[in-house]
Amino acid sequence: MSTALAQNRGLGAMIWDYLTTVDHKKIAHLYLVAGGFFFLIGGLEAMLIRIQLMKPDNDFISAGLYNEMITMHGTTMIFLAAMPLIFALMNAVVPLQIGARDVAFPFLNSLGFWLFLFGGVILNVSWFTGGAPDAGWTNYAPLSTVSPGHGVDYYVMGLQISGAGTLIGGINFLVTIVNMRAPGMTYMRMPLFTWAVFVTSALILFAFPALTVGLFLMMFDRMFGSVFFDTAAGGNAIIWEHLFWIFGHPEVYILILPLFGAFSDIFSTFSKKRLFGYSAMVFATVLIGFLGFMVWAHHMFTVGMGPIANSIFAVATMAIAVPTGIKIFNWMFTMWGGNIKMTAAMLWSVAFIPSFTIGGMTGVMLAAAAADYQYHDTYFVVGHFHYVIVGGVVFGLFAALHYWWPKMFGKVLNEKLGKLAFWPFFIGFHLTFFIQHFLGLMGMPRRYWVFLEGQGLEAGNLISTIGAFLMAIGTVIFLVNVVYTSVKAKKVSGDPWDGRTLEWSIPSPPPHYNFTQTPLVRGLDPLWVEKSEGKKGMTPAEPLGDIHMPNASILPFLISLGLFIAGFGFIYQVDNKAWLILVFLGMGLTLGSMLTRSLKDDLGHHIHKEELEKDLEKGAGE
Amino acid sequence: MSHDDVLNPKQMPHDPEKATLEGKNKFLAFWFFLGGETVLFASLFGTYLALNRSTAGENTPENLFGLELVFIMTMLLLTSSLTSVYAMYHMKNHDFKKMQLWLGITVALGLAFLGFEIYEFVHYIHEYEFTFRSSAFGSAFYTLVGFHGGHVLFGLCWIVTLMIRNSKRGLNLYNAPKFYIASLYWHFIDVVWVFIFTVVYLMGKVG
Ligand code: HEM
Ligand SMILES: [Cu+2]
Repeated sequence: MSTALAQNRGLGAMIWDYLTTVDHKKIAHLYLVAGGFFFLIGGLEAMLIRIQLMKPDNDFISAGLYNEMITMHGTTMIFLAAMPLIFALMNAVVPLQIGARDVAFPFLNSLGFWLFLFGGVILNVSWFTGGAPDAGWTNYAPLSTVSPGHGVDYYVMGLQISGAGTLIGGINFLVTIVNMRAPGMTYMRMPLFTWAVFVTSALILFAFPALTVGLFLMMFDRMFGSVFFDTAAGGNAIIWEHLFWIFGHPEVYILILPLFGAFSDIFSTFSKKRLFGYSAMVFATVLIGFLGFMVWAHHMFTVGMGPIANSIFAVATMAIAVPTGIKIFNWMFTMWGGNIKMTAAMLWSVAFIPSFTIGGMTGVMLAAAAADYQYHDTYFVVGHFHYVIVGGVVFGLFAALHYWWPKMFGKVLNEKLGKLAFWPFFIGFHLTFFIQHFLGLMGMPRRYWVFLEGQGLEAGNLISTIGAFLMAIGTVIFLVNVVYTSVKAKKVSGDPWDGRTLEWSIPSPPPHYNFTQTPLVRGLDPLWVEKSEGKKGMTPAEPLGDIHMPNASILPFLISLGLFIAGFGFIYQVDNKAWLILVFLGMGLTLGSMLTRSLKDDLGHHIHKEELEKDLEKGAGE
Repeated sequence: MSHDDVLNPKQMPHDPEKATLEGKNKFLAFWFFLGGETVLFASLFGTYLALNRSTAGENTPENLFGLELVFIMTMLLLTSSLTSVYAMYHMKNHDFKKMQLWLGITVALGLAFLGFEIYEFVHYIHEYEFTFRSSAFGSAFYTLVGFHGGHVLFGLCWIVTLMIRNSKRGLNLYNAPKFYIASLYWHFIDVVWVFIFTVVYLMGKVG
C-alpha cells in the first residue's frame, strides 16, 4: 500500500496495518525502526560511559550506575540494535534476491519481530523499576546470580523472549532460501548476501538454543532456588561461561556474515564487475560458519582449562583468519580494474576493509593463548571487538542501508549528506578505539568505573572520548539525511544503481506481491545477464496468473504480548506469589492465541489476474 | 492450487503431507527445528553430566533410581513411537479413521508415560526429600528430565488438538502436514528419552 493511501485511511488504520502485517517488506520497516531506536539508546549509553572515563577519578555517574550502563550498552547493541537491523536487511532483501513473493512463513516472520520487540522492551523497562542488569553483557555467574534487585531477572526474561524471536526468524530464512527460489536460481547463482543470510540462519539455529538453556538455568537459580551455579551446593559457575560462549562466539559471526554478504554485493555493483572468486567466497562463508562453532573457549583461556585445551582452541581460532583473509583479498580483487563509483555505500565499504582487518589482526593476537593472559579483560579486548563490530557490522549496516534504501523506500539517500556523515564517524571511530589497544597494553582493565591519575592513562582516555563524540555527530548527520531524503528527495526508478541482482528488476518499493510474474534466472547476477543481452528486464518463468498471498493477523502480536506480561509475573513472583497471576494471564493469552492459530484455518487469499493487469497499467510492473 | 482443492481434494496424493508448498515448507522447517532442539537437549545433557556427581553429600543416582519403573516407561514411549508410525501409514493410505485410532493409542501410551514420570518425581520428593533445590545434581536431574516431560505434555496437547479439530472433516492437504510434523515431534521426544534412559538412569546405576 502506498503511503498516500495509508494517510487517506488514517493513522489508526496504518498502525493496525503494521500490527497485523505479514508482508516481509513491512516487517523490514518495523525491524529498521525498532533496531534504529535501540541503536540510539545504546549509543546514548556509550556516550555516558565515555564521559565518565573522560578524566581520571571522575564522578559523573556512580559506580553502580556505571555497571548498569556497560551491561545495557553491550546487551542493547548486540541483541536489540545489530541483530534487528540485520533482520531488517534480511527481510527487505532476501525474498527479492531469490525471486520469491514472500518468506516461507509470513506469520512466523511477524511473530519473530514482535517477540524481539517485547523482549527488548522488557529489558529496558528495568531502568524504571529499580535498576537495570549490571553483571555485564556476558552475565557471568556468580556475579549475576548474587546481583541484588531484579536487574539480572530482566536480562534473563528479556533475552529469553527476544531470543525465541530470533530463532524463529532463523528457521524461517533457512526454509525460505531452500524452498522458495525462483526457477533457475541454483545455489551457486545466489547473490552473496543471500548466501551469507543462509549460513547466518544456520548459525542462529544451532547457537541460540545454548543461550536458551543458559538463560533457563540462570532463571531457575535466581527465581526458583535451583543451584546450578552455586558452588556451595555442588554447582559450577563455569557451566554458564561455556553455554554463553557456545552461543556467543557463533553470535559474533551471526552479526558479521550478513554484512560480509552485503559488502560483496556492493563492491560488485559499484565496480561494475562480477564478484571476484564467487565460489571461493561462498566456500569461505560456509567455512567461517562451520569453524565458528569450534572456538568458543578462546573467551575462556584464563579460566584454567589447561594447556592442551587452550592450545587446541588457540589453533582453531587462528584458522578462522584464513577464510576471512580470502574474503578480504577477493573484495580487493573485485575492485581491481573495475569501473569504480565512490558512492556513500561504497565509501563505507572501502573504509571497512582496513578497519576490519585491524580487528582481525588483534583477534589473532588474542588467540595466542599465552599472550591472552596479558590482554584478557583489558581495554585491548575492548579495542579488538569494537574494530570488528563497529568497523565491520556498523560500517556494513550504513553501507547496506545506503545501498538498499531506494529499494525499501523508493528514494536514494542524499549522497552529499551521506559522505558528510561518513567522515566524522570514520575518524571518530579510529580515534576512539585505536588508542584503547594501548590503554589495554598499559594495564587498564575493562569494566572499571574510574582510572587513577598519574598512570599515563589520561591522554588516551580523553582522545577516546573525543572520538566518541565525533561518531555521535556522524550518526546525527545520518539521521538528518533520513529526514531530509524522505521530505525532499524525488522518487527513483526501480534500478538506480544499474544493479545486477533480481531485487533491482522490480519497482521501488516493490508491489506487495513483489514479482508480477516469477522471473526466470539464467545465471549469476541474473539481471546483468539480461542487460548484457540488451534486454530491459527479466524473462518471466510463468504466464500472468492469480497470485496466492498470506493473510494478515494480529495473533503474533498477542502471542508476544502474553509472554511480555508473563515475564513480569516471573520476575516479581520471587517477592510475592500474587504476581503469579500475571504468569497465568500472560501464558493464557499466549497459549490461547496459539490455539486459535491452530484451530482456525488460514489459507491466505488470491490476487486476481485482473488486478495485476491494472497494476501493470499503472506502471507498477515496469 | 485453489483453496477448495486444498480442503477437499478430488484425489489425495500418496504423500499428502508434502503435496503443497506449505506442506513442504512445514516439513523442512520442522526438521530444522528439531536440529535446534537437539542443541537444546545437548546443552542440558552436558550440564547434567557436569553435575551428576555433585550431590552435596545427599542423594546419589545410585540410591535413587530404580530401573524397573524406568524400563516400563521406556517400553511405553517406544511403543507409542511405533503406534504413531502406524498412524502415519494410514494417513498415507488416506484412511482417516484408522489414523485417528492409532493416534489415540499413541496419546494413551504417552499419558501413561507421563503418569509414571509424575509418580517418580513425587516419590523422590516425598520418600527421599530429593528436590530441585537439594543439590546441583537435583537441579540438573529435574531440569533435564523435566524438560523432556514438558515436551511430552506439549506433544500430547498438540496431537489431541489436531485430532479433535479435524475429527469431523477428515484428512485434507491442509491438515496432513500438521499431523505429519506432530508425529515427527513425537519421534524426536522418543529419541531423547532413549538418551535419558542411557545417560541418566543406566549410567547412574552402573557408572
Ligand atoms: C579473525 C577473527 C577473530 C579472532 C581470531 C578473534 C579472537 C578473539 C579472542 C581470542 C577473543 C577473547 C579475548 C579475551 O577475552 O581475552 C575475542 C573477543 C571478542 N571478539 Fe573476536 N575474534 C575474531 C573476530 C571477531 C569478529 C568478527 C567479531 C564480531 C563481529 C568479534 C567479536 C568479539 C567480541 C564481542 C569479543 C569480546 C567478548 C567479551 O568478552 O565481551 N571477534 N576475539
Ligand atoms: Cu569469539
